[in-house]
Amino acid sequence: MTATCLGRREFLLSMGALACAPLTTFANGALPPDSLYQLQASLTDQDGRTFDLASRRGTPQLVSMFYTSCEMVCPMIFETIRYTVQALSPAEQRALQVLMVSFDPARDTVQVLKRTAQVHGCDERWTLARADDTTVRKFAAALGFQYRRLASGEFNHSTLIELLDANGRVVAKSGKLGNADPALVRATRQALAPPA
Amino acid sequence: MKRLGAILSAALLSIAAHGAEYARLPGGRFESVLPQGPVPTQSTPVEVQPFELRKAPVTNGEFLAFVTAHPQWQRDKVPALFAEKSYLASWASSVQPPKDTRLSAPVVNVSWFAAKAFCESEGARLPTWIEWEYAAAADETRNDARADPAWRRRILAWYERPATAQLPPVGGATNKYGVSDMHGLVWEWVDDFNALFIAGDSRTQGDPDLLKFCGSGAISIIDRDSYAVLMRIALLSSLNAADTTSTLGFRCARSLEEPQ
Repeated sequence: MTATCLGRREFLLSMGALACAPLTTFANGALPPDSLYQLQASLTDQDGRTFDLASRRGTPQLVSMFYTSCEMVCPMIFETIRYTVQALSPAEQRALQVLMVSFDPARDTVQVLKRTAQVHGCDERWTLARADDTTVRKFAAALGFQYRRLASGEFNHSTLIELLDANGRVVAKSGKLGNADPALVRATRQALAPPA
Repeated sequence: MKRLGAILSAALLSIAAHGAEYARLPGGRFESVLPQGPVPTQSTPVEVQPFELRKAPVTNGEFLAFVTAHPQWQRDKVPALFAEKSYLASWASSVQPPKDTRLSAPVVNVSWFAAKAFCESEGARLPTWIEWEYAAAADETRNDARADPAWRRRILAWYERPATAQLPPVGGATNKYGVSDMHGLVWEWVDDFNALFIAGDSRTQGDPDLLKFCGSGAISIIDRDSYAVLMRIALLSSLNAADTTSTLGFRCARSLEEPQ
């Protein structure tokens, strides 16, 4: 099943998946100007460990946002990422991490994140994280996620999976849920390949 | 010259430190043009908490003081993640506003990240959409003038005027809260600009629409006659956080008490 899970902007961005990654190597210290890791953000994972967003540097990441009490689309996001990872070779899988950040820090406590990780069969590759509201808003803004909390406690939000290269640059996006998006799988392989 | 520059910067910095005037807004029940309740097609009033809002949009002079004190926000230093190339592009240099522009005119061509950083630097934040809409609903004498066709026409008249090459200074007529330039000068960033997406069309139903956004699906506009406000929502919802435009500025807000 392929669904169009996109806002207008995301739709334009991801006709398929947007692969736009020149393989630029940056010296260890110099962070690319458009790297997500320019954002100073402190997050807490499902084991209660606090970490800086920039500490993810060095490993390509599939990144998405979710909230636990979401019944409809969010489980599909987890599933789609799992399919995407499974489409890779074991060696590729080991070189990849997944970062899921919650829209709902009020309800997605460390304990809830831990349980959510178990429910979705997330292995050690997965980080489910929470942060304060301001950080979540900035994180979402930097990645082009739109979201709104409704009076019911539910959230409207765009459903996207984004691929960051080792330096935190967005090199592909996909809004396709269900099966692994072949374009995203391809871009992930490319991001994982050692620079020529 | 160097010395004059130092004196000038010091003067500008003191403007930034002391010049920001905030009005206190009482808050209360408010009906947004965007549905806030569980039913997307039904209006549900929300309770706006009392808050403070800058009386006028942030000016070129104030923003100059900010980038002087925080060089990481100068246009040649800011990372692309936080501001695209058009950021302060019309400035004469990274620390000089455009030559033919008044320091008292509103700063434009600033990204959401830059606007947010400015507000944080004075212990404030960007207003939420609801706060902005609530403050913008008032005219000189009424808290909520939105139902008055004459007031609506007045606001819309702004959009009919051709844009002037030079933006006038901030500090136009104040509304009932003592706040000016909510309409008629520039567009303004809000903190939750990326919460303002609107489902295009209520005719689309079924699976694709349900999956477009997670949650209870499409929202629609309740008061379709508030064109002026709707245009703002349409603009804000089309932006990325690093985007800037030549008519988009901002002002800051402060909560009265720190939320728990």
